[in-house]
Amino acid sequence: MNAIQILGLTKEYGGRRVVDRLELSIPAGELFALLGVNGAGKSTTIRMLSCLTAPTQGDGLLMGHSVRTDSHGAKEVLAVSPQETAVAPNLTARENLELMAGIYGRPRARADEVMDQLGLGRWAGQRAKTLSGGWQRRLSIAMALVSQPEVLFLDEPTLGLDVLARRELWEVIRGLKGHTTMILTTHYLEEAESLADRIGIMNQGRLRAVGTGAELKALAGCENFEDAFVALAGEEAAS
Amino acid sequence: MRAKTFAKRNLKELFRDPLTLFFGLGFPLVLLVLMNVIQRNVPVHIFELETLAPGIALFGLTFLALFSGLLLARDRTTAFLARLAASPMTASDFLLGYLLPLLPMAVGQSAVCLGAAVALGLPLSWNLPAVVLSLVPSALLFIALGLLCGTLFNDRQVGGACGAILTNVTAWLAGIWFDLSLMGEGFRTFAYLLPFAHGADGAKAALAGDWAALPGHLLWVAVWAAAVMALAVALFRRRLVER
Repeated sequence: MNAIQILGLTKEYGGRRVVDRLELSIPAGELFALLGVNGAGKSTTIRMLSCLTAPTQGDGLLMGHSVRTDSHGAKEVLAVSPQETAVAPNLTARENLELMAGIYGRPRARADEVMDQLGLGRWAGQRAKTLSGGWQRRLSIAMALVSQPEVLFLDEPTLGLDVLARRELWEVIRGLKGHTTMILTTHYLEEAESLADRIGIMNQGRLRAVGTGAELKALAGCENFEDAFVALAGEEAAS
Repeated sequence: MRAKTFAKRNLKELFRDPLTLFFGLGFPLVLLVLMNVIQRNVPVHIFELETLAPGIALFGLTFLALFSGLLLARDRTTAFLARLAASPMTASDFLLGYLLPLLPMAVGQSAVCLGAAVALGLPLSWNLPAVVLSLVPSALLFIALGLLCGTLFNDRQVGGACGAILTNVTAWLAGIWFDLSLMGEGFRTFAYLLPFAHGADGAKAALAGDWAALPGHLLWVAVWAAAVMALAVALFRRRLVER
């Protein structure tokens, strides 16, 4: 079964097309990495699928719920970890998690589970605004996990994390694979190659190539993934 | 349920900000004491507690606009509101969540202000609870103005619009410090088209036990509050999803 189905999804701003007739199916439990240079249309795609931006044309189905006509149903199954840290500054780490659990109708005990999962326990009683940038980022991601979403959008989740924290988060993301369908956007190519089941490369709003890391390297005729990305995401690929 | 959960968060955000407590409770009290001291030292009756206390109670409510506006603007200009907008929360959940913690704060603020006035010499009477109730439509109006500004502006702009402009507009147009007719008939007529003078007059009428005058003033404020709230809801709903 496809957890995410993207059907000709398009977004225009003042006549400028930033996402262009995107077509994609993602099976339940898959981790799909969306790569592209800045301005390729990745974040706009995530925003449309998260019901935060209205598509100009096309649709996205999350567990069968249309983001255009059944956004409430779609919002029941999705969670998003935005690119910027998104926490309530004057609430403690635990209160932030309990807030999200309450909004999604989950028991408060979920807050403790997620704190354990992401190693946030020792900061539980500390206000979010007093946490370091890296810990705020972890808290922000934990807030997306607390609802146990069926579909999870991770928009550059490891941005600003140190190497150790990034590796720890990778383990958390690996643990979600199989039962949570995820779209991950990132600029760290090794992150996509290491974590994703499949990778899509966007350029100028269009999906230029989709496949496993090995398939994309073969497609570009390159030995390493970075060279393959440059070949597939570069200007020449778009023309 | 979602609105209640969100309201709890907003209550914590508000009460953990020391500036909220100072401006919400402290500043109106400072004004009340200051005006009372001036009155005791001048030979004419300009700041009598019977007119000053309801007026300052209304003036104190202008800070609710600042609180609601800043809270919404800060959420909107960070990714926090985007996270919540992607959750099953509806526009009504959001606005109720911002509104609910501020209403008890408004009642408490008015009660503290009137309690201080009693300590300064205002006669204790059963009309005092009526004054607090008569200020509820004004509280709703200021919260709605704050939500409207928070929907349209960033937090710095809200600080200017609600913290400086609205407090001055209210101070001048509600007739708190002076009789509006002193400024001429045109100014007075204009002031009474707006809700602020009606809010102050309604509170004064409640304190004086002038029950016949009360409904007209309350209705005027309530219609304004409903109109501003409807506009805030419509604009917030539009801004929740980027077009």
